[in-house]
Amino acid sequence: MSTEAAHTDEAHATTGHYVRIAIVLTVLTILEVATYYVAIPFALLVPLLLVLAGTKFALVVAYYMHLRYDSKLFSGFFFFGFTIEILLLIALMVLFGIRSG
Amino acid sequence: MSDAAVAHEAQEEHPTSTGLNHRKILMWAFLGSECIFFGSLITTYLVYRGKSVVGPYPSEILNIPLTSISTFVLLMSSLAMVLALAGFERAASAGANEDRKRRELQKGRFWLLMTAVLGTGFLGFQAYEFIEFVHHGLGLTTNLFGTTFFVLTGFHGTHVGVGVLWLVSILVLSYFGKVKPLDVELGGLYWHFVDIVWIIIFTLIYLIPH
Amino acid sequence: MATVADVRTQERVSTGAAIWSWVTTIDHKRIGVLYFVTSLIYFIVAGFEALLIRLQLATPEGQLLDSDTYNQLFTMHGTAMVFMVAMPMAAAFFNFLIPLMIGARDVAFPRLNAFSYWTFLGGSLLMHSSFLFGQAPDGGWFGYANLTSKEYSPGLSIDFWGLGLLVLGVASVAAALNFIITIINLRAPGMTLMRMPVFVWMTFVTSFLIIFAFPAITAALIFLEFDRLFGTNFYEVAEGGDPMLWQHLFWVFGHPEVYILVLPGFGIASEILPTFSRKPIFGYSAMVFAAVSIGFLGFSVWAHHMFTTGMGTIADAAFAGSTMLIAIPTGIKMFNWVATCFGGRISFTTPMLFALGFLTTFLIGGLTGPMLAAVPLDLHFQDSYFVVGHFHYVLFGGLILALMGGVYYWFPKITGRMMDERIGKWHFWIMFAGMNLTFFPMHFVGLDGMPRRVGTYAAGMGWDFWNMFITVSAFLIGVSILVFLWNLVASYVKGVPAGNDPWDARTLEWAIPSPPPEHNFDEIPHITHRDQVWFDKYGDGHGDAAQLRKTSAAVAEPAEDSDEEHEVHMPDPSYWPLLVSAGLTIAAAGLMIHIAVSVFGVAWTIISVYAWSLEPASTPPEEH
Repeated sequence: MSTEAAHTDEAHATTGHYVRIAIVLTVLTILEVATYYVAIPFALLVPLLLVLAGTKFALVVAYYMHLRYDSKLFSGFFFFGFTIEILLLIALMVLFGIRSG
Repeated sequence: MSDAAVAHEAQEEHPTSTGLNHRKILMWAFLGSECIFFGSLITTYLVYRGKSVVGPYPSEILNIPLTSISTFVLLMSSLAMVLALAGFERAASAGANEDRKRRELQKGRFWLLMTAVLGTGFLGFQAYEFIEFVHHGLGLTTNLFGTTFFVLTGFHGTHVGVGVLWLVSILVLSYFGKVKPLDVELGGLYWHFVDIVWIIIFTLIYLIPH
Repeated sequence: MATVADVRTQERVSTGAAIWSWVTTIDHKRIGVLYFVTSLIYFIVAGFEALLIRLQLATPEGQLLDSDTYNQLFTMHGTAMVFMVAMPMAAAFFNFLIPLMIGARDVAFPRLNAFSYWTFLGGSLLMHSSFLFGQAPDGGWFGYANLTSKEYSPGLSIDFWGLGLLVLGVASVAAALNFIITIINLRAPGMTLMRMPVFVWMTFVTSFLIIFAFPAITAALIFLEFDRLFGTNFYEVAEGGDPMLWQHLFWVFGHPEVYILVLPGFGIASEILPTFSRKPIFGYSAMVFAAVSIGFLGFSVWAHHMFTTGMGTIADAAFAGSTMLIAIPTGIKMFNWVATCFGGRISFTTPMLFALGFLTTFLIGGLTGPMLAAVPLDLHFQDSYFVVGHFHYVLFGGLILALMGGVYYWFPKITGRMMDERIGKWHFWIMFAGMNLTFFPMHFVGLDGMPRRVGTYAAGMGWDFWNMFITVSAFLIGVSILVFLWNLVASYVKGVPAGNDPWDARTLEWAIPSPPPEHNFDEIPHITHRDQVWFDKYGDGHGDAAQLRKTSAAVAEPAEDSDEEHEVHMPDPSYWPLLVSAGLTIAAAGLMIHIAVSVFGVAWTIISVYAWSLEPASTPPEEH
């Protein structure tokens, strides 16, 4: 069974591994919240927050949802939808920006 | 594994062209579709950002410290979820070692319960937040911010609620020997998805200053 | 244990049990038939609405319909033709054919498949029930905000529309997920992706478009219903809302929807043309990649429906460019179809006539596409009958003709009887003439400035002659539908028995009996070639009769002759899918009645989902 075969690779399935990722996620969240209390210029703050959120997103998807170890097909489904949505989001923000500008 | 379980397994697992399980592909394809749904809600929030004609405005009302805690609670529920899955998987691969099997199953159940408890906790925070907002004069129909905020976070909350129901159902069924690791894994995929949607919502709605 | 004979005797039972067996069926072939019959009924209803519209427009200052009724008729004609005719009729073919073509015994999730059908039925009945209250939807098939707001559309008409579409969306997404996984995971051994029939590929791409396009309209409809039911501000201009949001979200769904509608037609034509040209399809891989790129590009063109909304020149130019790009893959497909026929020994059977009719009319509809994509021209065409002519050429000429061809082509497989060729040819020629005479002059009146969706027009605008002409021609289409229905019924009752392979065709479904047994294949076939059944019959000669290797009968028979009893274990029937669908429909309808009804519907749904997931998919075989 392929699903089981993927998980016999104990290296990624250990509790310690999961906990370490959780610690990283916690630290990233603390950094995110810290930006609320520290004055950072807006032009710098937005990319910083997006990078932090993107890293958290990637960690959960890659390790907790096992996409890194699983079939590429699953990544394909997920990131196809994700990519279309990001492009739509950017396109619509630009279009609405033009309208109100 | 007992004989009955082996027979059950053989009957369930038809060979597939890709070797991947039907239900797992279904779940991932569904999540891909859900990306567009939540993406549309988030896009709507963003294009309407700062367009409310009356208050209360987000900067006056969003409670960052409180939401930081609830975000952390949901994040930790994801940790509990992977530990639950690990427990169920180890129990399934414990083979004839009945003692180890029972121990791992107990761990899996404990973490599954923790996930549901943390998820319920998140919903509690959200309910508190909604009630606070209403007290401060922000309702669903007050302004564009209220409309987009409540619908987006409301649909996310509904997803969390469905997830809690799902996980509790798995937990109960596991006592009747009806739960295989895949069942936990699929519930887990849904759960993590709801978590990553919140990671994005937290940044885009709460943290980026208005 | 279910052998072929057993299944057939079991089916000869009382009427009550027969109906119950259809209600609880999870057999993809029966669900396909249910889809077909239901969509045919809606086709007749929506066609009747179109004829009423044409009667009203036959003369200037038409008095037949008042403007409210007229609005309801064109709205329901469009909505029903898109969501309750074109999509489910394509789904009927998907259901019946996909498992047969890839060598599977059923779809990946048979009960989910039944759920898709019942949800489709629930949503479509919910929307059509509005006629009983005299409150049929009247906001156009794309329901632009803020015409649909409570202020401008009081009453329930838009709610019937919005909630009905939400339920239909659930059905479409569930069905599409099912087909994707069936095609990925249930192919027979050796059936690699690039050996799949083109129809399977088109289904695959269509299903992807559905799962990625429908969530956008789901969100847009949720906003609309929140605005109407709970007073939110999504499309409220006074509160800072922007009706353009609806247009964007609608067309983000709406343009991929166009390809969702027409790709199944491409697939059907791609099966019929090679069979009757006695040649394999030309440029198979180019066909596949063209379809995939149409699918991708389809997501990048939505705002070409909105050139007149003032998006600015840069946005206009970008969307015009991406739209014209789609002409490239579509052109590739067109040339490949022509090349498939080129040099072939063509037999002009009824399905082939419909496929050739599809080629020509779709080409005309396709050519007006780049015209509409050119911004300066579009500013003049917008909202005129030119657009109506364009999309009827694409959807009637492209899709309906292909679907009709598909009916003639696969009717023998589905029922075991041939459709009458002579009546079929009458049907084709009347329909082909009728549609061209109806829709071609629409380009003329459109260029002369006649607007869409207007119930009357003044005399002396220069539109009188063509409008009368179009109305008369439209009735010709009506006549062709009557001929079709007569042929359908008469052939079902006393058509000539078809045998397994009446067309000497290429794909797997023709190697099994007609109609196929419940479990489809006694033995799952092993695939070594693209047109496997032709290869089995003729070797590599591709339909050259001189190289006949086996008769088609020999391909299908051996299983019947062998003594070995084929124990194929099929999943059990279930009524839970129907009950879940009913719960969903009640929950949606409840929003128009009382919130308590909705809560009841949701509770009903949840209970049914639990019962469904706890019900074993099949009773375990006793021996094991």
